[in-house]
This record gives sequence, structure tokens and C-alpha cells, in this order.
Amino acid sequence: MLSYLIRRLILVLPVAFGVSVICFLLVQIAPGDPLTAIMPIDATAEEQAAMRAAYGLDKPLPIQYAVWIGNLVQGDMGKSIASGRPVATEVFGAVKNSLLLAASAAVIAFPIGVFLGFLAGYFQESWVDRCVTALSITGVSVPNYWLGIVLVIIFSVNLGWLPSMGAGPGGSGAWEWDWLHVRHLVLPAVTLAVVPIGIVSRTVRALSGDILTQDFVQALYAKGMSRVDVLRHVARNAAATALSVMGLQLGYLLGGSILIETVFNWPGSGFLLSNAIFQRDLPLLQGTILVLALFFVAMNLIVDVVQAAIDPRIQRT
Amino acid sequence: MTKLLDIQNLSVKFSGKRNVHAINDVSLAMEQGETLALLGESGSGKSVTLKALLGLLPPKRTRIDGSMRVNGTDVLSLRGKALRKYRGGEVSMVFQEPALALDPVYTVGHQIAESVMRHKGLDKANAMSVALDMLDRVRIPSANRRLHSYPHELSGGMRQRVMIALALACRPRLLLADEPTTALDATVQIQILLLLRELQKEFGMGVIFVTHDIGVAVEISERVAVMYAGQIVEEGTTREIINDARHPYTRGLLAANLHDVARGTRLNAIPGAPPALDSAPGACSFAPRCPIALPACRAVLPPVFAPGPRRRVACLRATEPIAAE
Repeated sequence: MLSYLIRRLILVLPVAFGVSVICFLLVQIAPGDPLTAIMPIDATAEEQAAMRAAYGLDKPLPIQYAVWIGNLVQGDMGKSIASGRPVATEVFGAVKNSLLLAASAAVIAFPIGVFLGFLAGYFQESWVDRCVTALSITGVSVPNYWLGIVLVIIFSVNLGWLPSMGAGPGGSGAWEWDWLHVRHLVLPAVTLAVVPIGIVSRTVRALSGDILTQDFVQALYAKGMSRVDVLRHVARNAAATALSVMGLQLGYLLGGSILIETVFNWPGSGFLLSNAIFQRDLPLLQGTILVLALFFVAMNLIVDVVQAAIDPRIQRT
Repeated sequence: MTKLLDIQNLSVKFSGKRNVHAINDVSLAMEQGETLALLGESGSGKSVTLKALLGLLPPKRTRIDGSMRVNGTDVLSLRGKALRKYRGGEVSMVFQEPALALDPVYTVGHQIAESVMRHKGLDKANAMSVALDMLDRVRIPSANRRLHSYPHELSGGMRQRVMIALALACRPRLLLADEPTTALDATVQIQILLLLRELQKEFGMGVIFVTHDIGVAVEISERVAVMYAGQIVEEGTTREIINDARHPYTRGLLAANLHDVARGTRLNAIPGAPPALDSAPGACSFAPRCPIALPACRAVLPPVFAPGPRRRVACLRATEPIAAE
């Protein structure tokens, strides 16, 4: 197991390198000059060149990349062109908020998804199964930003129960664990949870339904096991695949909540990313994408390791 | 002494898109410690009989009539805890495909111990030592190491040995073996057969050995019951069946054997295919394929002729002298 872990960790290095190159290049390909956003329109050519040199944008791309990555490993992600603050501070503050939102959505979605999936898988082809299937397909199909707006209309505008904007009172970005802040989390977290509920329940339904038809389930009954024992065996068999799906879903929740964060004005990475795009804030854009991508890589690593730990059929040596 | 097994007029009918009369009026008895081979081709109802005995048929789609008693216990009336105690404790089963019948994500030791804990009320450590002892008894080399192996780490023969260890761990009075050698290589088949025979002597349990291979049936059992289309068409001791088969189906099976066949001659196969069991048979099910069928065979169910104690043949012409072949 330890050697598997080490080999898997070493494998992360080339992936992380590739991710950083792509992050760097993608931003270069995008149209638009970052300087036009911050320079006055009547700036002279000399002034533009001076600015370009100040940000190192006049050097060839490989040099720019080397400088960027060199600073990066020292923890310096550069300064935001728009705000002038260090990119690291901005990104990590935002990622922390996104992580909070993603984790909350996961805490809502995964138990519900697993429970519904098991229920549908156990009572396959019954009315329970049909209800769960209808529910999960609806959940996956409904655009979640639209659902977010509908929830805002119902719970914020009409009923006035929950706030619709920001992560705290007065739109402040600082998070605290009290009701004033948590009530800001409810609507975006619920909205964000709908898609993973659908995906997880569909996956678990297919898995458990498939496992229940296997011979060993009958063999378990034949040796006198109870229904609960059998379900425990089924759960253990489904766990590896179900966890990998949930791990990837968590990755999507973190990076893919741009629309939800925009709808709810949630000061997370998606919100930061969309602002960075509109302001052509190159260092900020690169930093945010890189952090999110690396998070995905880390998520995959964790999923692989956990999977190998529960399923003996996956090669561990 | 109570009979180990007493099945009276058992009928099993599956309903659904198609109705299937899988078992039709089967009666069968076994004494303690007997080994019976249930012989028949695919779809003749052998496996269904075994599953009915363990209450494993899907309750919603199955209708069971008749009665089944194991050591005097009415199997069909068992529910809940009593049924769980009976399954694996009183009667246990070895499945055809050990690769599929073992849970892939638990060690084989755990799977044996799980059953022992349930039936004998032992704690995990003691149950594991029972499991180790069982692996030794089914002659698994370095059992200590194998205890912590997963099914996919074992060969087919080893897995079937584990399956047998699992089935016998709680000392059942009756072992149901559902074609336990069909999925194995020929050389391994013999080993498993010999092992089952030895264990039967050692443990003294009764065995129902389901097979479609008459050679295997002869090798393992004292008695043979031949099934066709959900009915028992002939029953007797193995010697009687080999030397004095009366039912044309049994004779066909014996003739279809590969032994003593001269090279280049055609194999003596039984022509035709078994009937679809959409409705309960009202005449001899074998008549359409029977070389000696009379018009009467196609009109009424054949009478059961009993030439001796525990010997019977369901054939209209069973009393006639066998024509020289």
C-alpha cells in the first residue's frame, strides 16, 4: 500500500507540470491585452512599453513561464493587475469560500444521493424506483442557475426567509460560524446540491441494482445472512465506484459553481474567475485556474488511493 | 429415525411474462447420510429443486405447492430468524460458479467466519480459527495464508474448495451441490469430486449432487434420481440405474456417454429438445423424443411403476422386457 501511495504521488508531478503549462498557455491564447484594461486610453507607446516591461510581458513566452513557475514554487503568484493585491491572497480567500460552499453542497447531496440510489436499486422496477429516477433526472436536467433564481424568488423575495446575496451580513466576505452567516449559505448550497444528488443517486442505483443480481447475493442468503448483512455486502461492493464518482463531483462542485456563485454573489473562486476574465486580469486568472486544476488533480489522487484501499481487486503493489 | 429429506408432490410455477411450470409433482425422499445424484439436462428443474429447498426462489413470482421436510421441519413454513438458522445451519449449498458465488471484496476467511459467527454464536477470533480449520479440511495448502486471500487471488479449484469449506463450516445435515464441478477444468473436477466424497464420509452429512454428467453421478452417489421436464422419471440405486435403466430417457443418457465409443462412429445423442414448460404436462413429457412411444404415451401421464423398494420408473412401457439394442 505504501509503495502504491508513493508511486501514485510521483505520478502527480508530470500531471501538475502539464496542468501549469496549459493554464499558462490558455490565458495567452485568449484575445485581449491585459494592459488596455489598466492603461489610460491616451497612453503613449513608450508608456505602454514601460508598463509591459514592468510586468515582464515583453519577454518570450518560455521565459515568462519560467519566471511565473519559479515565483510560484516560492509561494509568489504575482500581483493582481486590477486590484494590486497579491494573487495568492485573493485566490486562497476565494477558494476557501468556494470550498465551504462545495463541501456544504456535498454534505447535503451525497447522503441523500446514496440513500435514494440504494432505495431505487433495492426496489428496482417498483414505484419507489420510478419516483427516484424521475427526481434524479429532473435534478440533472434543470439548469441550476435557473433553479437558484427560482429559489431566490420564493425564499428571499416572496417569503423573506433567507438572504439571496453574499456570504455574510452586509455582503461581507469574512466567514464566521454563526446563524447570520450560515443562513447565507443555505440557498446556494441547496441549489448546488441538486445536480450531484441526481448523479450520485443514478450511479448508486445502477451499482446496487447490478450487485444485487450477482450470484454471491443469493449465496449470502443461502448461508443464512439477514437482509441487513446482505446490504452491508452490497454497500462494500459499491463503495469503490460510488466514492470515485463522489470525489469527482466534489471537484466539479468546487470549480463548476461559477454560475451559482454569480447568481448568489458568493465571493468564491468562480466569482473571482469571472471577474478576472472581464477585467483581463492575467495573473489572477492564471492563479485561479491553476489552483482549481491542482485541486482536481489532488481530488483524483485521493479517490484513487481510497479506491485502492477499499477494493482489493485494484492492484495495490 | 426421521428422514433427512421428504419432498411430497412438489410443484413450482413461475409467473411473469411467460409462465413456466418448472417442477411438476416431484416426490423424493432421502435417508440420513445418503448421497443422491439429481441427474438431468439444463432446464429439467434440478437447480430449481435445490433453490426451493433453501427458500431462495423469488417469492413474488413463484408459486410453490406440495411439501418439503428436512429432518421433520416443514421448509415452506419457515420465516425470518428460523429460516436464517436453517439456511447454512441445517442445509447449505455449494454453487456452480465459485468465482461468482463468493463476495469479491471480502477475504475468504471473513466469508467463512461470518457464517460461523451467525450460526454458532462465536466471536470473530474463534470463528476465524474455525475458518482456518475448515480450509485445512478441504486440503488448501498453506491455509493460514489463504485465509486472508481475496477470491480473485485463488484459482478456480481453490475457490470451489473455499466454497465447500464455507458450506460445511456449520456442519449442515444436508449439503446441496449445484453442479459444483461444471465450471472447473477436467483434472480439477476429479479432485473436487474425490474431496466431496471424502468429506461426506468424514462429516456424515447427506448430499444432493446436481449434475448433467452421468459419469459424475456414478462416481459420487449411491442413489440416482433422473429428472426430465420438472419431473422425476426414474429413481434407484446407482447400480440399478446403470445396469437396469428402465426409462427410455435414462437409457438415452447412458447411451450418449462418450465411453466405449468407437472412433468414427456417430455419437448416440437423444434427438429433439426438451419441451417448453408453458403448461403443466398432461402426458409423458418425453414422448415426443421417445423411440418407443405409443399413442397412449401422448394421451395420459405415465403410471409410476415400482419394481422394488425405493425404485420407480414413470413410463408406460417400463414393465416390458427391454428390446436388445
